[in-house]
Amino acid sequence: MKNGKTKLKVKNEWRAYLFILPLLFFFVLFLVVPTIQSIFISFLDWDFLTKPKFVGLDNFKNLFTPGTFDSSQFWLSFLNTLIFVLCTVPPIVLLSLIFALMLDKKIPGRNVFRGIFYLPAVLSVSCVALMWVWMFDNDFGILNIYIQKFGLAKVNWLTDMPQAWISLTIVTVWWCVGGNMVLFLAGLADIPVTLYESTRIDGANSFQQFIYITIPCLKRTLLYVLVMTNLAQFNVYGQPAMITGGGPGESTQVLMMYIRNVAFSQFRMGASTAMSLIMGLFLIGFSVLQFKALKPKA
Amino acid sequence: MKYLKRIKISYLALFIILLVLAFLWLVPVIWMLSTAFRPEEESIGIVFHWLPQKFTLENFKGLFEDTSDVQIMRWALNSTFIAVVHTVLKLTIDSLAAFAFARLTFRFKETIFWFLMSTMMIPGVINLIPVYILVDKFHWIDTPWAMIIPGLGGVFGVFLLRQFFEGLPTELDEAARIDGAGLFRIYIKIIMPLAKPALTALAIFTFMGNWNDFLWPLIVTNDASQRTLPAGLSIFQGEYMIYKGKLMAGAAFSAILPLVFFLFGQKYFVKGITLGGVKE
Repeated sequence: MKNGKTKLKVKNEWRAYLFILPLLFFFVLFLVVPTIQSIFISFLDWDFLTKPKFVGLDNFKNLFTPGTFDSSQFWLSFLNTLIFVLCTVPPIVLLSLIFALMLDKKIPGRNVFRGIFYLPAVLSVSCVALMWVWMFDNDFGILNIYIQKFGLAKVNWLTDMPQAWISLTIVTVWWCVGGNMVLFLAGLADIPVTLYESTRIDGANSFQQFIYITIPCLKRTLLYVLVMTNLAQFNVYGQPAMITGGGPGESTQVLMMYIRNVAFSQFRMGASTAMSLIMGLFLIGFSVLQFKALKPKA
Repeated sequence: MKYLKRIKISYLALFIILLVLAFLWLVPVIWMLSTAFRPEEESIGIVFHWLPQKFTLENFKGLFEDTSDVQIMRWALNSTFIAVVHTVLKLTIDSLAAFAFARLTFRFKETIFWFLMSTMMIPGVINLIPVYILVDKFHWIDTPWAMIIPGLGGVFGVFLLRQFFEGLPTELDEAARIDGAGLFRIYIKIIMPLAKPALTALAIFTFMGNWNDFLWPLIVTNDASQRTLPAGLSIFQGEYMIYKGKLMAGAAFSAILPLVFFLFGQKYFVKGITLGGVKE
């Protein structure tokens, strides 16, 4: 893109640095320094009030020693987060692709449909949570009202397992499908129509066209959607915090909830930073793996 | 003819499927609104109705009766102030930097740019506690600055704007230089007006991201009056657990601004989402 274009030749190049200086200032202060600090903090035993004590790798050892309270809670939350990711990511990716395929066609009112499916994505997680807690209400929620109308027993949407996971999945899918649908629609719009026309002449049916044209052309979008959705869902906090409160028991307590609890309720800054680092490194590794596994060749 | 007919039937089927799905998608919104606009007795009554039998604004009036813990109007003002100031600062900083990276030459330009971009890989959770400690050192806890300033370090906007700026014709800058315009004049008089679509998209994206943020405002505010609307709603939820109408009025109230933005800026939303990711 930038080949062959001449850039302005600036005699005093220090002037160019003036333009990037404000960004660099905030970037260093709030991104570079904290990232480096996080490593130091993870070596501390620090309650945020008294003097920090250097404890070396103890915070990490603690997490990898079976039987300690922190390790059992941390890995339970880790597992819960993985369950949440496994429950939500496949339906989100699949449904947003299906919605996009349906709305890529020249259906009457397709902009209205797109708008309706996208609408939840502009709402805050707490607004979404309030709406759905009421949907899931045991006695007066619309779901249980209709379930009883069909003569079935009430469902304890938020207090039984695995119903609590199902509820959180429904909410998250409803909230996240629209944004990814828009990405897929953009990907679909970029596929040249001539590809479809020429294969139609060669006698390919719509199913073959889907497999041999649509899917390969969407690969880049698919990879992006997959990586971003995995990252977003791994960082889940608002839905379980407001809808199930981590319950029943601790069965929907996710990593961000536990890390927040350790840092800002128990004030164990070192331990919580160590947990953040493990979670962060896992996320980096996970994203790199997905790119390696799925990156389109050439 | 037969072929056309088949297409029409399959389109009709698709249309009906979409109608059903769209209705299902709207059920939580309809349910929220009908609960917000009816008296409490109706919401927890024995007979079920989709729409309010008796229309009332009581639940919304209740939102204005702030208690010391629940201050919805204050939260809405906090949210708006924070998101507006954050967005203005972010766009200024990002467009200045993007101008340099896209239109000027200077030493280490590529190195600095790719170093900046590589940090997009760092998950936010790693910085959560160190940034909190920093914000506490600056005495920003329970002030709007805690929610305005730290996000200014992000580099996504620079990436987005640089791509757009690079696509603008360079002849414009050169002509302006020959006329003796300074760098800052070129930035403000030529580049910024041309970049309006990208700037609008980034502005909406930044505003909505900041406005809807949930976890960070919860962490950096203890004083209920300093909360943003989304973070405040969690106090609100605890306080009015049993008042369904009031809860839904609060949820609906918090949805107004995002919905207005959505209705008037739909095409920019789409642009903001798609510009960031897939397009090379």
